[in-house]
Amino acid sequence: MKVLVTVKEVAEAADDFEIDGLDVGEQYLEYDLNEWDDYAIEAGVQLSEAFDDVEVVSVTIGPERSEETIRMALAKGADRAVRVWDDDVAAADLDVAAKARLLAAVADEEDPDLILSGVQANDDGFGATGVALADELGFEWAAVVNALDMSEDFSTASVHRELEGGVEELTDVDLPAVLTIQTGLNEPRYASLRGIRQAQSKEIAPMTLDDLGLDTDAVASPIERTSMYEPETESDATYFEGDAGDQASQLADMLREKGVVGE
Amino acid sequence: MSSDVLAVAEHRRGELRDVTFEVVTAGRELAAEMGGDLHLAVIAGDVDGFAETLNLDGVDTIDTVDDGAEFNHDLYAGALEALFAEIDPTALLMPNSVNGLDYAPAVANALELPYVSDAIDFAYDGGLEATREMYGSKVETTVTVDAEQFAVTVRGGEWAPTEGTGEAAVEPFDYEFDADAAGSRVTGFEEVGGGDVDIADADFLVSIGRGIEEEENLDLIRDLVDATGATLSSSRPIVDNGWLPKNRQVGQSGKQVTPDVYLAIGISGAVQHVAGMKGAETIVAVNTDPNAPIFDIADYGVVGDLFDVVPALIEQFE
Repeated sequence: MKVLVTVKEVAEAADDFEIDGLDVGEQYLEYDLNEWDDYAIEAGVQLSEAFDDVEVVSVTIGPERSEETIRMALAKGADRAVRVWDDDVAAADLDVAAKARLLAAVADEEDPDLILSGVQANDDGFGATGVALADELGFEWAAVVNALDMSEDFSTASVHRELEGGVEELTDVDLPAVLTIQTGLNEPRYASLRGIRQAQSKEIAPMTLDDLGLDTDAVASPIERTSMYEPETESDATYFEGDAGDQASQLADMLREKGVVGE
Repeated sequence: MSSDVLAVAEHRRGELRDVTFEVVTAGRELAAEMGGDLHLAVIAGDVDGFAETLNLDGVDTIDTVDDGAEFNHDLYAGALEALFAEIDPTALLMPNSVNGLDYAPAVANALELPYVSDAIDFAYDGGLEATREMYGSKVETTVTVDAEQFAVTVRGGEWAPTEGTGEAAVEPFDYEFDADAAGSRVTGFEEVGGGDVDIADADFLVSIGRGIEEEENLDLIRDLVDATGATLSSSRPIVDNGWLPKNRQVGQSGKQVTPDVYLAIGISGAVQHVAGMKGAETIVAVNTDPNAPIFDIADYGVVGDLFDVVPALIEQFE
């Protein structure tokens, strides 16, 4: 069996930042593994521990810098990794369809039984790549999965989908499938020192469009970012000023006034 | 190609969901700008009953697909692909709900439509220009779509719900869904988050988020709860970490709460959280980041470190 886990290195903007053109200035961005993907990796590694002969392969679209992030997946137990990048990919503004085409080409090579993907990325928050990838591959899928039970023969995944308002939908999904993983599905492990050491010797295979049998049409996108700005604050809050003691005293007065706390 | 908009209704367990009425508003705006009609697709469940309720101001046609009792993404995807081919609209408009996340990207991909998700605003002037958020709501972006037809999902709570009766034509759409051949089967629903306390009943909630940093620091918040007689709740990460049970979670996927006072400590105010607590009568936020989105909806703000403010607040009630 093979589980393919899509991972993304995401950028987080510092509390104080400036916008430079169409993005937050590079000096204000910090890079990390996408939170949702951390849960997807854990789900893949847990399957490899629960079943015999499960290989976990992580795939990312990203520049060489992102290998640091991919090593985290390897340190946590993924067996090997694939990284898609070249000058044409770097120059493109990848939309959902382009990402799905690139990842589908990797999946065609790898032929996985199951693909795990984070529900969304915490930088652009599109929340679409996993389900678009399923359609591209003709796989089944389930989105926003917060519980996963795999059948003994790896043919059906029984999942819970976390709906709004404290309701979960119970769904059986035939494999091959893509599941988009919600946070809270499991408890992602920390990479052990041993894992981090081992990850250094694991393979991260670079793949170009050419390697995947694609051309620049695959990364063409009709969607273009045309501006980025800080939203105007809508706050009309009354702020309690002073040091912590002053702030607490005003807050306490307000709470007493509202009658939610006794004298 | 017509200049119409095809919007999609959402329902669950026999009830139309609020976002449906918001999608109608968004669709009506877009259809007016494009000079076309607004079609509303209603798939599965009591489609005739839903159609009656959805005869809203500005809806031109309600296209019903009478098959299945509940949401199933194979049914939705198949029916929408067929309906899109029939109507050939400019825009396909869907809710950015959990179920929206489960069919919209597949439909867009199958129809080869450019896809923009989670729009908070848009305009049409020969092409779509949509507004989105990035980096955890710290910035907004506009994106333009250079294509004749496109798919877009809209964030709940950004458009006012449509009211007022309209003159919609109801047109049953014939679509054959082979449920036996579908690769996914919805087998039921489960309510989560019962337990000892119903935070939805509380008058005063002290709610904690990521700012608490470590599980042992929760003791400080428990002390505040004890000193004030409040009820303890939290944002999602605290529950994901297993530090509090699911029945304490406020937000889109947790509980919706409407206390007299909601004291949000170390909570940045992600849209999914705000969806669960914006109905509180008075919202107070304590956060180190003066730009945290929680301050946009707060009535009272404390910009400061919770590890200084909370002990001082406990002192006030001892």
